[in-house]
Amino acid sequence: MREKLTYGLALGAAAMFTYTLYRILLMLPDELMQGAIYRIMFFHIPAGIIGMIGFFVSMTMSVWYLSSKDLKFDSLAASVVEVAVLFACINIVTGSIWARIIWGVWWTWDYRLTSQLVCVLIFFGYLALRRAIDEPTQRARLSAALNIFGCVDVVIVWKSIEWFRNNHPGPVLSIRTGGGQMDPRMDHTVYLNLIPLLLTGIALVLVRTRQEATAREIDSLRRLAHAAA
Amino acid sequence: MNMAQNSTFLFYGFLAAWVIVLLYVISLAQRGAKLKKELEDVKQLVNSKAEESRVR
Repeated sequence: MREKLTYGLALGAAAMFTYTLYRILLMLPDELMQGAIYRIMFFHIPAGIIGMIGFFVSMTMSVWYLSSKDLKFDSLAASVVEVAVLFACINIVTGSIWARIIWGVWWTWDYRLTSQLVCVLIFFGYLALRRAIDEPTQRARLSAALNIFGCVDVVIVWKSIEWFRNNHPGPVLSIRTGGGQMDPRMDHTVYLNLIPLLLTGIALVLVRTRQEATAREIDSLRRLAHAAA
Repeated sequence: MNMAQNSTFLFYGFLAAWVIVLLYVISLAQRGAKLKKELEDVKQLVNSKAEESRVR
């Protein structure tokens, strides 16, 4: 059932991507000031949004783990963090390529970029911490604490373009500004491309959670073998 | 603005996004295969231990 769902999500994402790529590359005109390079934002913004959603979902799972002590929530949190880090990396890399053309540099230490980089490093730390601890409950407790701490930085990333004066453009999506900052066709396309990216993310989380369940099964079988020895 | 360079970098941007996803999918597949093998090994170990204790 889970496998069918994963394939279904992947197929849905592929079909949606075909349409959104057609729309992005062939239907929308070049932006007046930026030319063709602005099209990177159709991946850059949704990847950033999905990364943030992922970090908040994983934080919720970590809180659930701390209140229920059910390791399933810990596994889910770890799976979601891994996929969220993937999307956050896509966000940083595509942003950097855009910046090379528009700002003339690959990277600048402004608040948005720096806080996003710190966020990715915190969650890489989370994944490294999980590899370093063998005992499942201790691993789950410590990584849940780090996950909750990391989400403070996610809020800073989100609000940094409102709180601080940045090189990074301010909020442009209609969901944050109420509209008027961007051509509505471009605005809609950002939301439209969010769907296949989200479907891809969910499919990857499903695969990852299955692997986590297998790892838990291996752990418990090892204990059984140890007890039988 | 150099339009050719602009389009080239747009291509790099899209390529980078897909390459990152592809590398992750490959690493997932490798981890999946490793876990499957590990599970089979551990199951065999448990069976052999159970067999040993039955003989005893």
